[in-house]
Amino acid sequence: MEFGLSREQTLLTDSVARFLSKEAPLDRVRRFATEGDDRDIWAGLAELGVPALLVPESAGGVGLGCLDAALIAEQLGYRATPSPFLGTGVALPLAARWGGRIGDELLAAVAAGERRVGVALANAVGRRADATLSSAGGRLDGIVHFAMDAGADDYLVATDTGALYLVAADAPGLSIKAFDTIDRSRRTAELHFAGVTGSLVGDDPALVARLLDALRVMLAADTLGAAQQMLDQSVAYAKQREQFNRPIATFQAVKHMCADMAAALEPCRAMIWYAGHALDHMPDEAHLVACHTKAHVAEVGKAVAKTSTEVHGGMGFTDLVGLHYWFKRVGYNRQMLGTPEMMRLEAARAQGLAA
Amino acid sequence: MDLSYGPEYDTFRSEVQTFLAANASAAPRGEGLRSPKMLSWQKRLIEHGYAARTIPKAYGGYGAAPDILQSRIIAEEFARAQISQGMGGQGISMLVPTLLEVGTEAQKEQFIRPTLLGEMLWCQGYSEPGAGSDLASLRTSAVLDGDEWVVNGQKIWTSTAHLADWIFCLVRTEPNAPKHKGISFLLFRMDTPGIEIRPLVDMTGNANFNEVFFTDVRVPKDQVVGRRGDGWLVANAILGHERDSLGNPDATLARFNALAELMKIETLNGQRLIDHPVYRDRLMTLQGRMMALRYNDLRVLSARLNQADASLARMITKLEGTELRHALEGLAIDIMGEFGLAYGDNPLKRDHGSWQYQYMYFLGLIIGGGTSQIQKNIISERGLGMPKEPKLDRAG
Ligand SMILES: Cc1cc2nc3c(=O)[nH]c(=O)nc-3n(C[C@H](O)[C@H](O)[C@H](O)COP(=O)(O)OP(=O)(O)OC[C@H]3O[C@@H](n4cnc5c(N)ncnc54)[C@H](O)[C@@H]3O)c2cc1C
Repeated sequence: MEFGLSREQTLLTDSVARFLSKEAPLDRVRRFATEGDDRDIWAGLAELGVPALLVPESAGGVGLGCLDAALIAEQLGYRATPSPFLGTGVALPLAARWGGRIGDELLAAVAAGERRVGVALANAVGRRADATLSSAGGRLDGIVHFAMDAGADDYLVATDTGALYLVAADAPGLSIKAFDTIDRSRRTAELHFAGVTGSLVGDDPALVARLLDALRVMLAADTLGAAQQMLDQSVAYAKQREQFNRPIATFQAVKHMCADMAAALEPCRAMIWYAGHALDHMPDEAHLVACHTKAHVAEVGKAVAKTSTEVHGGMGFTDLVGLHYWFKRVGYNRQMLGTPEMMRLEAARAQGLAA
Repeated sequence: MDLSYGPEYDTFRSEVQTFLAANASAAPRGEGLRSPKMLSWQKRLIEHGYAARTIPKAYGGYGAAPDILQSRIIAEEFARAQISQGMGGQGISMLVPTLLEVGTEAQKEQFIRPTLLGEMLWCQGYSEPGAGSDLASLRTSAVLDGDEWVVNGQKIWTSTAHLADWIFCLVRTEPNAPKHKGISFLLFRMDTPGIEIRPLVDMTGNANFNEVFFTDVRVPKDQVVGRRGDGWLVANAILGHERDSLGNPDATLARFNALAELMKIETLNGQRLIDHPVYRDRLMTLQGRMMALRYNDLRVLSARLNQADASLARMITKLEGTELRHALEGLAIDIMGEFGLAYGDNPLKRDHGSWQYQYMYFLGLIIGGGTSQIQKNIISERGLGMPKEPKLDRAG
């Protein structure tokens, strides 16, 4: 038995962490927030093999597993890194691995970092306002409000009934409206479909359900990283900021805020490892664990985001230290693809405790 | 990541299951510590290696080589079958491991076997009215007079002192040394002249802990464990053992399952409580917390197995484990409305009134063995490297 990371996994995450700390510091995130350009970051990550991680070796990828991907997601969260990892590096290769029809050519291009894929699965989670997407004879009509990793070449989209299609960004009848969310480290867009022709990836809703579980674990892993960043910054700031002639880190109220964050967050790490592992190796448990992981880590992340901001006093509220980038990242991860209450209802269903 | 225990462990697990199936009827269910059923069950468990497993045969244990996974499997299977894992108590869980580490050969031979068999019950005399969280400020004194220590002072919150045959006790033997260096770890009989025990009723209605007064209690000189003045180090080894056992995740899982069952049976306006969206959401929230903590526990276990570092993960288990358990018991009370109040001889109580009892009991565990606030001091200082607060008095 070994519940822990392998040497290869540690080496992989270390190399990504090193790259991000050097090439994608907060200033770079800020520049993305105004200019929306992350090409250099994605190219650097591609050199490290990140988009190829889950692509099968037969299609030019590395063929690693969901736990490896979750560890990358955690690093991206730790630096609030703008990147199309979820759609391109996770959703597309997993759709192929789990039986969806995806051409090897596209997989190879994705693995090489040359093509980007966005994901629009929101309607399969729950339709809000006028969201609806239907398909008739391969023609897609309707709206998906919150597509993730916008600015892509292709989009994976789920219909209301859980069929999965791949559509090109420039397909006739598809209009893409980029818009802001609170999280400026991610690109989001609304997709309008008017008789768009897509290629069917799979019509079994089980495929979309499985992809959703994987993406939920990735969002939670991103929150783990973001919250760890906020905790680290809190401890560092508290040691250096002085009030009443002493570092505020000597005040017990401040120490206990930090201890609370650590005590809640540390088990989330084990939970992400378990959930990532389950996605590949424990089909009976994977769904339940993914639901609980999405919900629980979101709750812990929310508390850490608040507490960490408070530890920084007024500075935490300003744009100066930029803590809010992580605060908002955690918020995005919480709202997307199922809120904690929705996830807990799913979890109850998964064990026969709810209809 | 490899979560399988391996084929040899699967065999071991089925051995445990076979034992449990064959012996379930002999297991005590709520009988007291001194009951014949408990004593014979304890003996049987040791004979089969399900209690005192790694303690050398020479001292009355089973003598197996330490194997964390085997211990884990035993704990899992006993919890699943809801069968007693034998006697607990501070003698077995704290004193025995300490004696094995720092006791003399004579002490090991004298104390371990009868303790394991339940023939020698112990209490832990650490806390005093003036020394709780700040335990090292304790004042009960022991002065050497010829071949005997003469003990004077008072202990408080001493669990099971009224039942115990012996006490392991922290006393100040070097009044002029700095406060952590003047303490010794003393063992003595509870029927020694000069000991007075006054029970304290706790919030559950039981009188499980006591005040214990010492007036010129004479203790043979060689009943010190470790060196004279080293009692603080000896005691800290024990606290480590205690903390590991307080947030038992298997027990929490069993209680969670019992709560889910309760919610399927109990109704409000004819609707099962599990179908009540708010209550169900609260149950699921706790399940998420519980799962995270279980995986954290697996990580700690694996780190011990593979010599990996998981110190922060380990440091948080007492705090998180006891708080979670308290919240879980509390949810059962909330969902039952007025029925959650039933206690004592009230026939309306559910599950023998265990929800109210455990709800209070776990508040005791949140306080005992290092309060949650003390845990947070430890986490922030040792886990996160934050500075200690400035001391007001540097005396002592
Ligand atoms: C059920 C139960 C069983 C027990 N059994 C035993 C036993 O068998 N033998 C034994 O020796 N003792 C036993 N104890 C005693 C237990 O170890 C103490 O109660 C505990 O260590 C706290 O000490 P105290 O009660 O003096 O509280 P105090 O130390 O007075 O604490 C009061 C409050 O102050 C806070 N506080 C104190 N110091 C700090 C600090 N530095 N930073 C922040 N907050 C602080 C505490 O967290 C708490 O909230 C038991 C207690 C309980 C509840």
